[in-house]
Amino acid sequence: MFARRLFDFPSVGWRHPFADFDRLSRQMDQLTQRMMGRPGLAWQPARVFPAINLTEDKGNFYVRAELPGFKADALEISVTGKNLTITGERKTAPEGEKIRYHRKERDAGKFSRVIGLPADVDADNVAAKMVNGILTITIPKAEKAKPRQITIN
Amino acid sequence: MTDLKELQVKNKQEVAGPAEQTRPGIVFTPEVDIFEDERQITLLADMPGVAPEDITIDLNDSVLSLTGEVKPFKDDDEKNVIVEFEIGRYARQFTLSEAIDQSKIEAKLDDGVLRLTLPKAEKAMPRQIAVTAGYPPYKVS
Repeated sequence: MFARRLFDFPSVGWRHPFADFDRLSRQMDQLTQRMMGRPGLAWQPARVFPAINLTEDKGNFYVRAELPGFKADALEISVTGKNLTITGERKTAPEGEKIRYHRKERDAGKFSRVIGLPADVDADNVAAKMVNGILTITIPKAEKAKPRQITIN
Repeated sequence: MTDLKELQVKNKQEVAGPAEQTRPGIVFTPEVDIFEDERQITLLADMPGVAPEDITIDLNDSVLSLTGEVKPFKDDDEKNVIVEFEIGRYARQFTLSEAIDQSKIEAKLDDGVLRLTLPKAEKAMPRQIAVTAGYPPYKVS
C-alpha cells in the first residue's frame, strides 16, 4: 500500500519494477520485425560480397549468388574440406572517350568469399553454372553425410 | 595498373513507389549506369536472373520503363539453410530529357546486364557552332 502511493502512475498499474522495460522490449521487437523480417523468410544480411543463398536437398547443397556482369572466366570456385571459396572480379569498362555519366550505381571491383558448408562434401563432383547473371554451384554431399533411412523392425 | 577495390555488399533496394503492384511479390530497383556521348544515350542495368524474353521495355511520352520478371531459382524440395538475398522482379522508370529516335532503340541482355542504346534524334545532336573572331569597328591608330 505504501508502494502503491509512491508509484501511482495513472496509465499503468504497478505490476512489478520493470514493467516499463518489458513494454519497451516488446516494442523494439516489433520494430525489428517490421524492418528486417518478412513472413516466412529467415533473412540474414550478408557481411561479405556476394550475398548467397544456401539450400540443400537430400543429396546436394546448392549455393546461389547474384553476379550480373561477371564473366564465367573471371570467377574462381574451389572447395577445400567443408569450405567453398568464390573469387572473382568485374570491371565496368569505360566505353569510350567523351562520354558523360548521368548515373553510376554499378560497382566494379573484386571479391573473395569463403562459405562454410554444414556437412562433408564430395569435392570431386562440384558443378557450377552461370545463367543470366546467377551463379549456381551444386555440391554433392559426401556419402556419409546423406540421410540414412532407418527401418524399424 | 591500379588495384581493383573490394566489392561491398549492397542490399537490394525495394521499389517504394506511390503505385501498388497488381501482382504479389517483391519488386526491386535494378542498379543502373547511364551515360551519353554525342550520338546516343546508353543505359546499363543489373538484372540478374532475368531471361531475355522476360524483359519489357516501354517508352511512352519520354518515360522509359524497364520491367524484368524473375523465375524462382530453387526447386520446391530444397530447404533453405542460409538466405541472404531475396528474389523478386525488377522495375525502374526514367524520364528522358532528350529527344530519342524511338525506331532505333536497341536492347541486349548479357549475363544479367541489360544494355539499352538510345540514339539521339537528329535535331538533338550537338552542333558545333564556329566562333569567328570579330573585328573591332574602329581602328586604333
